[in-house]
Amino acid sequence: MRFIFKTDYAQDLQLFKHSGQAYWYGALAAALLFVPWLLSPYYVSQLTFVLIYSIVALGLMLLSGFTGQISLGHAAFLAVGAYTEGVLAAKGWSFPFSMAAAAVIAGLVGVIVGTPALRVKGIYLAIATMAFNIIVEEVLARWESMTGGNTGLQVGPLAMFGWTAQDEREMYYVALVITALVTLGVVNLLRSPTGRAFVAIRDSEISAASMGINLAFYKSMSFVLSAGITGIAGALYAHRLRIITPDQFTVLQSIEMLMMVVIGGLGSIHGAFFGAAFIIVLPQLIAVAKDYLPPAIGQATGLQPALFGLILVGFILFEPLGLYGRWVKTRTFFQLFPFFRRGMFRRQKTFMKSERLR
Amino acid sequence: MQALQVIVSGISQGCIYGLIALGFVLIYKATETVNFAQGELMMLGAFLGVTGTTFLGLPYWAAIAAALVLMALFGFLLERAVLEPILGQPAFATIMVTIGIGFVARGLVTMIPGWGTDTHMLETPFRGEIVRAGGLVVAVEHLVIIAATVMLVSALYVFFRFSRVGIAMQAASQNQLAAYYMGIPVRRLNGLIWALSAAVAALAGLLLAPLTFVHVNMGFIGLKAFPAAVVGGFGSLPGAIVGGIIIGVVEALSGVYLPEGFKDVAAYVVVLIMLAVRPNGLFGETMQKKV
Repeated sequence: MRFIFKTDYAQDLQLFKHSGQAYWYGALAAALLFVPWLLSPYYVSQLTFVLIYSIVALGLMLLSGFTGQISLGHAAFLAVGAYTEGVLAAKGWSFPFSMAAAAVIAGLVGVIVGTPALRVKGIYLAIATMAFNIIVEEVLARWESMTGGNTGLQVGPLAMFGWTAQDEREMYYVALVITALVTLGVVNLLRSPTGRAFVAIRDSEISAASMGINLAFYKSMSFVLSAGITGIAGALYAHRLRIITPDQFTVLQSIEMLMMVVIGGLGSIHGAFFGAAFIIVLPQLIAVAKDYLPPAIGQATGLQPALFGLILVGFILFEPLGLYGRWVKTRTFFQLFPFFRRGMFRRQKTFMKSERLR
Repeated sequence: MQALQVIVSGISQGCIYGLIALGFVLIYKATETVNFAQGELMMLGAFLGVTGTTFLGLPYWAAIAAALVLMALFGFLLERAVLEPILGQPAFATIMVTIGIGFVARGLVTMIPGWGTDTHMLETPFRGEIVRAGGLVVAVEHLVIIAATVMLVSALYVFFRFSRVGIAMQAASQNQLAAYYMGIPVRRLNGLIWALSAAVAALAGLLLAPLTFVHVNMGFIGLKAFPAAVVGGFGSLPGAIVGGIIIGVVEALSGVYLPEGFKDVAAYVVVLIMLAVRPNGLFGETMQKKV
């Protein structure tokens, strides 16, 4: 058990709360740097996927986990990022520039969708973003001169300043660097007044407005930043998959992204990574488990959605803080041993708060 | 004449959207939960109907009645098991739970022998019959949908206006806490609302089945019912039906008169315009909260 004795306000804003954290994150960084030399290319490519999904989850976490807004349309921002990257890379843009363009364009699309959608709340936002996602999907399928329609768009290998990513390992390192930068960016954002405003809006819009936070501005800002980050992930996604088609960016994909942040743990940066790892690992586990199940269940096409749904419902009912909450509880259990009590993390039961009254 | 023909088929399609939207609105009004699994409830209802008529050989009307009762029971149990424990949690949690329920329902259906991933046909006594009226050719299936919708809406109106339970439900939907204080058993009512909503969804499924066949992914039509509910104003029962009909007619017209591709997105374009112009819908109410 470690007690942090605070003697300075600046301590509240430190990136690492204590030297132990710095040590462990350093160890994690070192491990991530060395791991591709130990694993086979297949696992390295899966790790790259985890990193790309982590960026998506960070973007969505900023919006859903920290600002409390729901979006059922983030696959559309991923699509905008991916297609921008695909088109610009074909024109010979260097990756850093095309990625920045992908982020900016995804952010601009976010402005167009977000500004009207954020006048409305909760469920309406969910439906507006869902509608937007379906429209984007249709546009991608129909705008054949730009996107290649349903046959998809071929994307070349990742190239910048005369250097080209040759294999899985180089792709992994690019993804790792960008993930680290995005993570740092989000963590820093959350330490800033803007991030505090987001969290205030999540906790209570009325009290946030009373404290002088411009709700519409900060909500739009959160939406735009979230869209931009997802656009960055889209740029990597395009290079990772090499061929992108509209059916990779459906509403179901958006729902899967939401599952990622909910299962990982809403309102925590760690949760974004846990959720991304979970969503990549689970299908692999299912593929392994299939052989041991009775054929009626194991061979059913609905096995994966059924399991995803069950796990999602299970998490919300029994572990609303997600995988990160589980981790915190386990850690606290050992830190406080034997004084851990069940009630320490109990949710307060409240009456329904009406959203119709604003 | 062609336009009129298109509009009639749009109206009957719109009634289906409206019925599913009605299910959303019932639950939303009472518990402020948005049920993203409404389309899946509809799918389950249709499958139960197919099971009754095809596998068990029941007469059509008996199968319909059995499916409605079973789905009502299912809705009640679902609320008890999954929604009740998270009552009062943020809207986010309830939305994700119902999305999860939808996934589970869609997944489990593929595992049930006989249902599976095949496409089924619901036998109806009026299959293939048509009515001619002054140059219009209307399939009886479409007329049945419209008639059933009108009857259901009138029945619901009477129920909410005159019955004790219906008035209690209205009270609970306006202010849950105050309803508790007045001695209304809010929790039991929530269960009943889910039962009612599941039965309405099942009815929509049974009416839709002759038009589109019964298969696992028919529940995705629920995604089109959201625009219907929003256009009508999310808290309004007549609004849901009117919204559904608007969406259905716009969709049918754009399928005929606009280039290919617009039919699939027409509903969503309408809802985005609606949210930008009049976020509370045609019949929605606006209230401001005092702090």
